[in-house]
Amino acid sequence: MRPIFTIVAQRLALGLLVLFAVSLIIFLGVELLPGDLAEEILGQAATPETVAAMRKELGLDLPPYIRYFEWLGGMVQGDFGTSLASQREISELIGVRLGNTLFLAGLAAAIAVPVAVTLGVLAALYRNSLYDRAVNIFTLTSISFPEFFIAYILILFLSVNAGWFPSLSNVTVETPLWERIYRCMLPALTLTLVVTAHMMRMTRASIINLLSSPYIEMANLKGLKRSHIIVRHALPNAWAPIVNVIVINLAYLIVGVVVVEVVFVYPGLGQLIVDSVQKRDLPVVQACSLIFAATYILLNLTADILSIVTNPRLLHPR
Amino acid sequence: MNEPADIDQAQTADALPPARRERGWDAVWRELKKAPWTAKLGLVLILGYVFVAVFAPVLTPYGESEIVGRQFEPWGGQFLLGTDNLGRDMVTRLIYGARNTIGIAFLTTCLAFLIGGVGGILAAVLGRWMDQLLSRVVDILMAIPQLIFALLLLTIFGTSIPVLIIIIAVLDSTRVFRLARAVGANVAVMDFVEAARVRGEGIGWITIREVLPNIMAPLSAEFGLRFCFVFLTIAALSFLGLGIQPPTADWGSMVRDNATLITYGDITPLLPAAAIAMLTIAVNFVVDWFLHKTSGLRDEY
Repeated sequence: MRPIFTIVAQRLALGLLVLFAVSLIIFLGVELLPGDLAEEILGQAATPETVAAMRKELGLDLPPYIRYFEWLGGMVQGDFGTSLASQREISELIGVRLGNTLFLAGLAAAIAVPVAVTLGVLAALYRNSLYDRAVNIFTLTSISFPEFFIAYILILFLSVNAGWFPSLSNVTVETPLWERIYRCMLPALTLTLVVTAHMMRMTRASIINLLSSPYIEMANLKGLKRSHIIVRHALPNAWAPIVNVIVINLAYLIVGVVVVEVVFVYPGLGQLIVDSVQKRDLPVVQACSLIFAATYILLNLTADILSIVTNPRLLHPR
Repeated sequence: MNEPADIDQAQTADALPPARRERGWDAVWRELKKAPWTAKLGLVLILGYVFVAVFAPVLTPYGESEIVGRQFEPWGGQFLLGTDNLGRDMVTRLIYGARNTIGIAFLTTCLAFLIGGVGGILAAVLGRWMDQLLSRVVDILMAIPQLIFALLLLTIFGTSIPVLIIIIAVLDSTRVFRLARAVGANVAVMDFVEAARVRGEGIGWITIREVLPNIMAPLSAEFGLRFCFVFLTIAALSFLGLGIQPPTADWGSMVRDNATLITYGDITPLLPAAAIAMLTIAVNFVVDWFLHKTSGLRDEY
C-alpha cells in the first residue's frame, strides 16, 4: 500500500508547485505592462505627481516580491482586491458568479457523462456497423464546430422555432432550482454537445483496446453474449481511462463555459472575465484567471490521481 | 516550410515505400483516386476556401468595409445575402472574412510550428538540461487553460492583430513542442544521427537535415489539427470581441455583430459560423485519412 501514497503525495506536491508557478506567471504578466497600472488607469494626461500618488495608493511603490506575497495571501483568504472599473470588491463580483458557473458546468456534466458513456459502449458493441460509422462522423463534426455555432443552432431550433427553452439564461440568486435548470438548459446542452464527442470516442477506444485481450477471447469461446462480455467483462477494466477522460473533460467544461456564457448572457465567471478584458480591468482578469487556472489544475490533478489509484499497473512502474 | 503542399509530398513518399519516392503529380493523383469520399470532399472544400481567400477582391461586388445599403436588408435583389448591422454587403464580408480569418490562422499556425517544432527537436537532440528546461517551461504553460491565458495576455498587451498572432502562436507552440520532442526523441537515438554527430555536423544540420525529414509525416498531420484549433480559438476570441478588430471582416465577429437576427428566425448570422465549421471539418477529414495512411497515431486524438 505504501508506494501508492508516495506517488499520490508526489503528484499533490507537484500540483501545488505548478499552482504556485502559475500564480507567479499571472502576477508577473502584469509587470510586463509598458509603464504600470497607475499610468494605465490615469491615462496619458496624468502629471508625474498624480501618478506617484496613485502608485502609493495602489501599493505599487513596494518591491514586486512583497506585492506578490500580499496579493497571493489575499487571494488565499478570499480577498481579491478592488476592481478598477467599478471600484467594487472583486470578491463581491466573483462570489455568486463562480457558483453560477459551477452550476452550469455541473448540469452539463450530469447530462454529458451518462450519455457519452452509454453511446461509447454502444459504439464498441456495434463496432464497424453503420451506427458506429455515424457516431464517428458525428464526433468528428462536433469537434470541428465552434461553440457559438452549436449554441446559435440550438437557439434557432429549440428556442426560436420550437419555443421550448428561453434563449437568454438570466438567473439570479432567488431563482428556484427547477426554474434555474430550465433556463440553463440550452447552455448546458451546448456544452454537452461540445464535450460528449471526446468522451464517447475515448470510451469506445478503451473498450476496443480490451477486446483483444485473452480473457475476453475466453469469454467469447464460452459462448457469452456480446453485450454481456462488453458490459460485465470489458467495462470494469476500462473504467480507469474512462474516468480519466471524464475528469479531463470536466476541466475543459470549466473553460468552455466562457464562450457559451457570453452567447446566453449567463451571469457567470466567463462573462465577467470577457467584460473585464474589454475594459482592461486587470485585477479582475487576474483574479478570474487564477480561479480558472486553479480549477483546471485541480481537476487535472484529480484525473491523474484517479488513474493511479484505479490502475494497479501504474503502481509498479517497470 | 509548412505549406500544405508538403502534406501531399510527404504522403506520396510514405504511400509508396517500394517504388522509392516516386514523386510527381501522377503519384499524387493515383493516391487521391484511392482516397475515401470524405477526404476527397475535404480536399475540394479546402481548395475552394483557398481560391476564395486568394481572389477575394475579384469575387466581391463591393469594398470590404463599404456601407452600401440600409441595416439588415433581406436576402435577394441587389444584396444576395442581405446586409449586416451597419449596412455592409454580407457576401462581400463573408468572402473577405475567408481571406482574413484563414490567413491569420494560417500565419499563426506556421509561427507556432516554427517555435514549437524547433524547440521540440532541439530538446530531443540536445537532451539533458536543455530538454529539462524547455519541457518544464512547457509543462507550466500548458497547466493554464489556453483560452484563459490568451485572455490574460490580451488584457496586458492590448488587442491588435500582430499581438494576437504572437500570443496564440506561443500558446499553441507548447502542443507542437510536445509532439516534436516525442517523435524527435525516437529519431535522435538512431544510428544515422549518431553518425552525423561523429562526423562533426553542427546542431543546425542535425536538426534540419537528419531529424526533421524523418518526423515530417506526424508533424504534417499535426499541422492540420493545430490549424483547426488555432482557427477555432481565433474565431472564439473574435466572437468575444477580443480577436480581430473591426472594420476588418472576420467570421467570428460577424456572428457576434449580427446575432440579434437569430431571435427573428433569420439564419444569416449562422453563415459565417457555418463557414468556420465547414473548413474545420474539411481539414479534419483530410487529416483523418492522412493519419490512417501513415500510422496508427489515430486513437491518440
